Amino acid sequence: MSAEFDITETLDVKGASCPMPVVKTKSAIDDLAEGAVLEVVATDPGSMSDIDGWAAGTDGVELVDQEEGDDVYRHYVRKTE
Amino acid sequence: MSTDTPDASADGAPSRAELAARVGELEDALAEATTEDDTRKMSIVATKGTLDMAYPPLILASTAAAFGYEVTVFHTFWGLEILHEERSKNLKLSSVGNPNMPVPNAVAALPGMDRVTTKMMERRIEGNDTATIEELVETSLDMGVEFQACQMTIDLMDYDEDSFYDGVTTGVGAATALQDMADADIQLLV
Repeated sequence: MSAEFDITETLDVKGASCPMPVVKTKSAIDDLAEGAVLEVVATDPGSMSDIDGWAAGTDGVELVDQEEGDDVYRHYVRKTE
Repeated sequence: MSTDTPDASADGAPSRAELAARVGELEDALAEATTEDDTRKMSIVATKGTLDMAYPPLILASTAAAFGYEVTVFHTFWGLEILHEERSKNLKLSSVGNPNMPVPNAVAALPGMDRVTTKMMERRIEGNDTATIEELVETSLDMGVEFQACQMTIDLMDYDEDSFYDGVTTGVGAATALQDMADADIQLLV
């Protein structure tokens, strides 16, 4: 999957629980340029559904991929505009 | 029926120029309507000030702001405690009246028990890395959420306006809240 996109920046929200993973992802995306891909590393199991829902309902972002590890959830969000 | 469309038609039907003007007007009105509705809005009324009930409006407000919503939270009665910079850090929780808490009501009503219940919840919040009320208020303010403090209850319950977080709007009443609700895509009373 790393062949498909390059990670521009990584946001570590390990430990944080709802609503912080989504809120911090939004803030981090705001600081990036169009086309950039943000990797979000979370331990909140709810982040799988929440970041997916946030990306689907928010203009200018696209969820490129999600990976569910043992205790860590990785999300890849592209800024599209 | 003729296939050509003369500029001035018979029977008093509108001319092509009149129709063109009308189409122009409609296009302008449509453009205005679509740009006006571009930003989604959420309006919450927060009426409770216990530790557990302070969370839902703040979590939804900050999350909606992350979605790009324009968010207004109108605080009234005990909801004003959430905006009080000092007291919001020490909101209390009681087992009284909550049969889901592991303390019988008769015991929960004893002096000092609210403090015990509150400490229990605070420890859980800390252990779970759940954001504090202060953190959620500050984050929401940073994200552009508008917190409004109801003027009538400020006066009724004798709040000092300077004790609220910086950025809280005062001098607003039910009409302001109603206007926000009428414009909003989502309206909630907590």
